Amino acid sequence: MKDLYLIYKNLTRKPLRLFLTSFAIFIAFLLFGAVTTLKSALDSGVELSADDRLVVLNSINFTNPLPVAYVNRVKAVEGVSKVTHANWFGGYFQEPTNQVVTFAVDPETYLDVYSELVIDPAQQDAWFRNRQGILIGERLAKINGWKVGDRIPLSSNIFSQDNGSSTWDFVVEGVFTGNDEQVDTGYAIFHYKYFMETQTMGGDWIGWIILTTTDPALNESVARAIDDQFANSSTETDTSTEKAFNKAFIEQIGNVGLIIFGVVFMAFFTILVVVGNAMVLAVRERTGEIAVLKSLGFTSPRIFRMVLAESMLLSLLGGMAGLGGAYVVVAGAKDAMAQFLPNLVLGTDTALQAFGFMVLLGLVTGLLPAYNALKLNIITAFSRR
Amino acid sequence: MTALFDLKKVAKSFVKGKEKISIFDDLNMTIEEGDFVAIMGPSGSGKTTLLNMLGGVDQPTSGEVWFAGERIDSLSEGNLAKWRANNVGFIFQFYNLMPMLNAARNVELPLLLTKLSGKQRKKNVETALTLVELADRAKHMPSEMSGGQQQRVAIARAIVSDPKLLLCDEPTGDLDRATADEILKTLQLLNEKFNKTIVMVTHDPAAAKYAKRTLHLDKGEFVEEGMAA
Repeated sequence: MKDLYLIYKNLTRKPLRLFLTSFAIFIAFLLFGAVTTLKSALDSGVELSADDRLVVLNSINFTNPLPVAYVNRVKAVEGVSKVTHANWFGGYFQEPTNQVVTFAVDPETYLDVYSELVIDPAQQDAWFRNRQGILIGERLAKINGWKVGDRIPLSSNIFSQDNGSSTWDFVVEGVFTGNDEQVDTGYAIFHYKYFMETQTMGGDWIGWIILTTTDPALNESVARAIDDQFANSSTETDTSTEKAFNKAFIEQIGNVGLIIFGVVFMAFFTILVVVGNAMVLAVRERTGEIAVLKSLGFTSPRIFRMVLAESMLLSLLGGMAGLGGAYVVVAGAKDAMAQFLPNLVLGTDTALQAFGFMVLLGLVTGLLPAYNALKLNIITAFSRR
Repeated sequence: MTALFDLKKVAKSFVKGKEKISIFDDLNMTIEEGDFVAIMGPSGSGKTTLLNMLGGVDQPTSGEVWFAGERIDSLSEGNLAKWRANNVGFIFQFYNLMPMLNAARNVELPLLLTKLSGKQRKKNVETALTLVELADRAKHMPSEMSGGQQQRVAIARAIVSDPKLLLCDEPTGDLDRATADEILKTLQLLNEKFNKTIVMVTHDPAAAKYAKRTLHLDKGEFVEEGMAA
């Protein structure tokens, strides 16, 4: 603690260099905090996926439909427990920019399969009975100020009705929550039958099938049995776990993990060079002073620790500021992106990870100059002056 | 008087390329407690090497260096650092103050190696600065002080932990005559009034006159010894 003042004065002796070096660290940790939080938000859907839930898609891609008859055939596969299906509606409220994630579903089976959704039984019954009824998630209700009993028109940017309108009228019959605060409640579900009766594309088709297995250990064999059943048909299927499906969906925008690794690696490599160089220079400039400290009786290990502490302090100074900056950026973006990334929060995991990197950065950049200081010979240092 | 330093058959050499350069072959020397010794001699005579060995920052190739009954040439680097902290105050030609610390903080440096409380350290710093007549400059940075003032701060730093021995390497080499005399009088005061043993390397005969005795070193040997008038 006695050396803290000395370390502080050494760190702040060149304010411009301190500013530029810590700014480089600030930028790196700002990027790290923001990008890692983005990845966590994207991954949260994957993490929350049930282990025993599988998704059956058209093997061409998920925008191609499946015949509704597949539902019963999937139900008959050994190891399958519950089955439901869903259609993407492509909904928005009033303006196309105000998107509302909406699915047309089979009400009873959907709630059976998605058992993490919590709804008041009275509201559930009301929704089951009203074919025009819509069930909205709590977060979606909050965003739009909707409540039970509201009549809301939702338009589709894909489908239209016989009368040429692409707007469907719904009555909010219930608001669902999740049995865990991480469960996404930012979407709405309505009756598949209402959708099929009114949309103009015709046919009994569905977007995808969701099923649960009797045991997660059977996932692989069940998936294979389903796909084998529809092999060589006009509509082949591709069955995977919900986790894999969500992951693949996210990776449509690229391999997020790889992008993040690339960004973070480049940022860290750059600041490693910048900060390492700055520390080496800073200590080299102080060769004479270190020799004086040693001649006064400061031991080499003590000076080693002082240099390392200085490097650590620099890393923590820039890093904590950067992490704080990332927190502000994420908090600012949270509302704007609430619809698509409900879990956009800079969490404790990210903060701890960043702190670990700060310590690591401090150690790596401080090790060489600290070692040089440790090994500095007093006579050699004085003779250089 | 009792012997503070005793150098017995000290040799010092180093290898440069294929050549072995010998600085001392068989140097014997005794410095009594309370002595004020000036060491003079031409460049390359070994003055600074001798001072470094006395200060425990350099070690002899062979021979023994005793300080107050303790052999110091065989101490480890860590123990030598502790020994320096407890027994030696260094005064350099170019003051060697920390540019980012004010006078008081510079003087406090050796006390950071002690177990004194912050309050006690502050008191000792004030005493040391008062002794060198710079108490009013405690908050001044080295860059705000003249060469003479900086050297007095360096003296305060050297004496703040109350060491027995002061080692001065050309302490007035960078100062004008009048300022040099002030510094030398301060050293004389420390020697006479506070019984500090002082070993001073100098090129300046006028500076050497302040010492109690002068040793002339040439090619690693003492060639003559003069006593102060």
